[in-house]
This record gives sequence, structure tokens and C-alpha cells, in this order.
Amino acid sequence: MNRQVPNGQNKNRALPGKKSPDFHQSDSQTQFLKKLRRHRYAVQCARVLILVLFLILWEGCARRGIIDSFIFCSPSRIALCFRDMVADRSIFLHIGVTLYETVVSFLLVTVCGIFAAVLLWCSRGLSEVLEPYLVVLNSLPKSALAPLLIVWLGATPTTIIVAGMSVAIFGSIMNLYTSFAAVDKEKLKLIFTLHGNRRHALFKVVLPGSVPAVISNMKVNIGLCLVGVVIGEFLAARSGLGYLIIYSSQVFKMDWLLMSIVLLCIMAMGLYAVIGVVEKIYRKRF
Amino acid sequence: MTPILELKHIDYSYHTPDGETKALSDISFCLTKGEFVSVVGPSGCGKSTLLSLIDGLMKPDKGTLLLNGSPLTENSDRIGYMLQHDHLFEWRSIYRNVLLGAEISRKLTPETKRRAKEMLEQYGLKQFARSRPSELSGGMRQRAALIRTLLLEPELLLLDEPFSALDYQTRLTVSDDIGQIIRRSGKTALLVTHDLSEAVSLADRVVILTRRPASVARILPISFDLEEDTPLARRNAPEFKTYFNEIWKELNRDEPTGPERTK
Repeated sequence: MNRQVPNGQNKNRALPGKKSPDFHQSDSQTQFLKKLRRHRYAVQCARVLILVLFLILWEGCARRGIIDSFIFCSPSRIALCFRDMVADRSIFLHIGVTLYETVVSFLLVTVCGIFAAVLLWCSRGLSEVLEPYLVVLNSLPKSALAPLLIVWLGATPTTIIVAGMSVAIFGSIMNLYTSFAAVDKEKLKLIFTLHGNRRHALFKVVLPGSVPAVISNMKVNIGLCLVGVVIGEFLAARSGLGYLIIYSSQVFKMDWLLMSIVLLCIMAMGLYAVIGVVEKIYRKRF
Repeated sequence: MTPILELKHIDYSYHTPDGETKALSDISFCLTKGEFVSVVGPSGCGKSTLLSLIDGLMKPDKGTLLLNGSPLTENSDRIGYMLQHDHLFEWRSIYRNVLLGAEISRKLTPETKRRAKEMLEQYGLKQFARSRPSELSGGMRQRAALIRTLLLEPELLLLDEPFSALDYQTRLTVSDDIGQIIRRSGKTALLVTHDLSEAVSLADRVVILTRRPASVARILPISFDLEEDTPLARRNAPEFKTYFNEIWKELNRDEPTGPERTK
């Protein structure tokens, strides 16, 4: 699901030659950089090429009747369908609803996750008592909860937001708590030798030291929230991309269905990119 | 004159589910003001435990600790503790790292900030005040850590192998450097180390501990007849070897019947 992870931002960060611009570059270094750049360019081209070839193949097969375009649809029909829905503005509603629900559940997961992890860190007893519950809740398939949520909360956006949260929250708490607990004991000792208490340890060491862990946790959560929201929309919505997918499969409007999937892909990429930007800003400041 | 620190019959044991390990047994010694005392002993004999007890991070099972003649209260801010690693935080600049202790003790006054800047300048870190710790060399980092400790104006400095994480060459220069800083500031210092030459080069007295459970084997006064009594000069003095050998002999005396074997 989170296949957009290997986006290669590590490679970008390692861009050499930036460090000392006034330093004279040797020939072998220039050669090396050239080779590196060429390699990166080739990777980019290959990525785009795969997509383009796939679309051409798909379109060609559909036009020549090799595949049934009623069932398998085609890129051009998806594009046309998208244009129509943009024209009658209905698509914005669906995208907006899904986006809103995903962002709200993501923000709630992030805040609640950090808060709960801090509570667990503050009390070792509490974390020991709750550990088995967290493990069970985390491994439970959350789609099983969705029908329950509908009965309890009704077919409302709240249900869908809670469904989105349910997928991410338990794993988020566990991951954050683990990274809080993994903070170097000697760093905590330093706080105590400087006559600080546990509150100081939390705010001066644990939280600032865990920002990278929080950000990588956010990257996982945004994808999971989207999964949860779409599951919720399958069952309890009148709008949203998840609703559109379920509805169109029932009425066999394959172009709607595939277009929704494409839009979900783009949305997932976009949300992930936003967190990437947050990470970059953080890295620049520190 | 009352000693600045007095340890009387200190006992301490560690408890784990597998059993009890006696770390310290009947430790007694004292420090007078302005003195530099080293504690040496076999590795794992409980040297660091001793410092944690003095700093009030842990409570001794038995015995009393007196600071300036009165029982040690928890977390006394008259004691500064320097750990083995500098533990400078990467998310803070050097200047803000140095201020960490003051921030915690709510002493972040303009006066403290001015002193911090002054000390950074004095110890040659002025141009690194805005740098991240990773941009500094090991020696400079250790100096920044020392400023962080000294900024709280402790009367007594506890040093827990503060040079052991450095490579040998840096270690010699940094221990010389920091040793002189501490001498000049007139602070009382208690250094724990397993490096005998470091102990001899820095201290006025060396407390030699036995294997676990540690007790005081001997207290050896150190004095050098030098014009300029710096740690590096001491290393070249003829008495250096004599002191070194004496400590070495004392440490290895109980070798054949080491308690490690009684497991």
C-alpha cells in the first residue's frame, strides 16, 4: 500500500560537490560526479518510461479489442471521465471529502499518538500493564471494526474519521513509545546530574530527540489513515472516493472506478510529499 | 577546617532478579577544599556508582555522606557532574547546550548568559557558539561539556572518566587542558578513572579501590617537585613512574584470589 516510500530522497540528500564550492575539483572527482548524475538521470527516465509504455500498451490493447474495454477501461476513457466530472464539479466534492477525512484522522492520530506515548513513557507500570492490549489491538484487522463503528456512531463522517484513526493509532503509539524508551539512558542521567527531574528529561531530551522518529511515524500514518478512510467510505458514505469506488463497481462504471483509484494514488503521493516537505524544513533548521 | 566532602562507611548493593551484587563496601575518605583527588580501581569495581551516590542520584544502603559538614540533600546544586561522554544535544547549538543546566535550574539570567559567552571565549569556543556539536572535535566537545558543568558554579566537580571516549593523543592534550582549567578555577575535583597515568598526572591524592565489592585499599598522596605543575609536565617527571608502579602493585595485589572466580 505504501509503495511510494522508496522515493529516493536519500540519494538526493547525498548530493556531493555542494560542500565546498571554492575547492578545486580534481578530474576524477568531476568524472565521478558526471557518472553519478548520468545514473540518476537514467533512473528517472526509466521510471517515466515504464508509466508511458504501460499507458500506451493499455490504450492500444483496448482500441484494438485485445482486451475488453468495458471491463478493463482505457487511459483515454479515464481521462474523459475525469474531464466530465471536473466539468460538473462533482469530482471536487468526492476528492474534498476524502482529503478532509484523511487529514483530520491523520492529525488526530498524530496528536493522540504522541500524547499516549508520553503517558506510557511517564509511567512504566502503565506501559507494562497496557502492552498486551496494544499488541492485540494493533494486530486486529481494522476493517473488522468498521461495521461496528457504523452501528455505534451512525453513517456519518465521524465514523469514517474514527475508522481512519483506528488503522493507524495503535501502531503509532507503540512505535513512538518504543522510540521514546530507546533514548540513551546516559542522556537522561545528564539531565539528572544537572539537577533536573523527569519533566525536564521529557521536554529537553526525549521529545526533541524523537522528532525524526515522529516524522517517520507520520509518513507511515498518512498512508494508513487513507486506507482506513477508504474502508470507512466503502461502508458508510454518500460521497468520497471510497464511496465512488464501491458505487461504480456496483453499477459497472469501470471508468469511474479506475479514475478513483488513480486519484487515490495521486492523493497518497501528494500527502506523502507534504510530510516530506515538513521533514526538509526540520532538517534545514537543525 | 571541615572537609568539603566526607564519606563515612558507605555500602551499596545492586539488586536484580538474579540476585544481589555488592558494589561498595565500607568506603571512607574525604576531600578538602581545592583538592584534586583521583579514584582508581579495576574495571567494574563500582567507581561510577560511587560518583552517582555522591551526586545524590542514588542512596547508599549504609553510611553517611557529608557535604561541607552537613548531610547530603538530594540533587545538591553545589555538585557538578561530568559524564564519560559529552552528551551534547545535536538539536541545540553549542551555546544553547552550554546553557542547558542553567535552563533546568531556572538560572537563565542575563548574568548567566554573559558568563556563558565569556567562558566560551575563554576556552576558545567563541566562533563555535552557533555550531552544532557534530561540527566540533572530540576535545572541543569535552570542553563545551565542562563549561556546561562549570556554569552552575559547583563547589565540587565529579568527573566520571571524562576523557576515556577520546583517542589517545586528544586525550593527553584534553586532560592537560581540562586539568589546568579546573586547577586555575580552584574547584575541588573527584576524578574516577581506570587510567593510572591519568590519575597520577592530575591528582593530589589517589584513592585506590579493591575489586568488587570495592573498598579503599590505600590512599596515596602525590606530589611533584615541578616549577610548572601541569599534567603533561608531570608525565615527564622521574617521580611519575614511581607513583605509577606503586599504584599498579597495589591494584594487582589481590590478583590470584580475584572474587570474579567465586561465581
